[in-house]
Amino acid sequence: MADKVLTEDDVVAELRSGMTIGIGGWASRRKPMSIIRAIARSSLTDLTIVAYGGADIGLLAATGQLSRAVYGFVSLDSIVLDPHFRAARQAGAIIDEPFDEGLLMLGLQAAAWRVPYLPTRAGLGTDLLELNPRLTTIQGNPYGSPDEIFVAAPALELDAAICHLDRADERGNACFLGPDLFFDDMFLRAATGHRYISVEQVIPTRDLLEEAGTEQRLRVSRMMVDGVVERPGGAHFTECPPDYGRDEAFQREYAASAASPEAWQAFRRSWIDIDEDEYQKRVAVR
Amino acid sequence: MTDSRTASLPDICAVALAECFRGDGEIVANPIGPLPVIGGRLARATFAPDLMMTDGGALLIADDAAFEWTEGPTVEAYNPYRSMFEVCWGGRRHVVMGAVQLDAHGNQNLAAVGSDYARPTTQFVGFRGAPGNTINHATSYWIPNHSTRVFVETVDVVTGVGWHAFADDDAAGRLVDLRRVVTNLCVLDWDSPDRRLRLRSLHPGVTVDQVVAATGFELVVPDDVPITRLPTAAELDLLEVIDPTGVRANQVRQ
Repeated sequence: MADKVLTEDDVVAELRSGMTIGIGGWASRRKPMSIIRAIARSSLTDLTIVAYGGADIGLLAATGQLSRAVYGFVSLDSIVLDPHFRAARQAGAIIDEPFDEGLLMLGLQAAAWRVPYLPTRAGLGTDLLELNPRLTTIQGNPYGSPDEIFVAAPALELDAAICHLDRADERGNACFLGPDLFFDDMFLRAATGHRYISVEQVIPTRDLLEEAGTEQRLRVSRMMVDGVVERPGGAHFTECPPDYGRDEAFQREYAASAASPEAWQAFRRSWIDIDEDEYQKRVAVR
Repeated sequence: MTDSRTASLPDICAVALAECFRGDGEIVANPIGPLPVIGGRLARATFAPDLMMTDGGALLIADDAAFEWTEGPTVEAYNPYRSMFEVCWGGRRHVVMGAVQLDAHGNQNLAAVGSDYARPTTQFVGFRGAPGNTINHATSYWIPNHSTRVFVETVDVVTGVGWHAFADDDAAGRLVDLRRVVTNLCVLDWDSPDRRLRLRSLHPGVTVDQVVAATGFELVVPDDVPITRLPTAAELDLLEVIDPTGVRANQVRQ
């Protein structure tokens, strides 16, 4: 039986510079922050991040490891825009590949289904097609008008996918306990390998269904997962209900650290350049 | 049947936002931002009882007259984000979005301001769901700071579709359904021959000249512009129930 239990550093050791990495969650909700922090401490560079973005894109923009953002938004929810992302964009420091939120979902779905694209109208009549060179249109409805135009949502094949869920067993069967799975299952299915989840708690398979409360929450199965990291608080400072809400005070500190290089260095020394055990200890006594 | 109490500007804007949803029937009303949400709840509590609304997350809730629910919301359906995309693409939704810039034909910019997209002067949140929203279902806008910075001749980035993007008989163009713009000064719509923004009504005390001066393109101004409908006594009562702490007071540039 495959042993899939890893640490954050084990995960990072499997990743390579230049990879396209999909990150689950949505804005400042259930982001795999302990693995993002481990990436931020690593020598990985030139990363393409595909996400419904929040501090994942923001933090890796701040460290300079992000070279390309594929996203519909980069928001911290209670703070509309991640200021680190804003700073990187206004400095012209990253390649920007804007997507419509739904178009991004179709791209992940296309990759998961192994088709090159899925048709949609989202993007027609806007500047998406001009500003994102990855996007193109197709002409002709084979069942209707030869003149009809669609946007071809391109398959967003991922080199790696990383998500944070609530519970999992050692083999990678996992459940979400909050209100929304978001698109975590699609991210995991869109990746050709390197599919990692962090979870609040690893439990026996026998207990998964009871913990989930209903089989409809068992939405990630072990065929979708290559490695499991057990990390209570792993999504901090983003929310991970019902285990914990967003740490708004911490998030404000993170956002404020975009104000100057000095502020960022101070935040980085206190909260990034320490190992994850130490991070969780410091959070607990804040 | 207006009340002897003086309606505040946020109250008037809330009612104007509610009016956006009149006649929509059984669709998801998805106003974004505190005042549009208050307007949406007011519409459902009064003249649009069939609307469906979210709790801001993955649930559709049946409660009308409250902004928050002390004993928890009454859930009527599960609507996670991927279901919302299905609602959106099926056309059964009316969104009220904001805009960093908006032009006469309704092209919206939510992403970035500046001449070079690769290095914008000011980055905003991104395209979000604007392209998919505006090509699939009814869209209105809420602009709390009516000014020439927002209402511009040409937007720097088109994130939301405008009326002139498609030919009249275009299969995609037929799905475009831009409804209204509610601002702190007035209500606008596109009910004009060439689908340019038209002054629909003025909030009490606002003049045509004020609106024209705050708009960076030529507005269609009818000969007679009515005053925006004032809240009824029942609506003023409901606004106190929906928003007892007065969140709406700080949502409008006075």
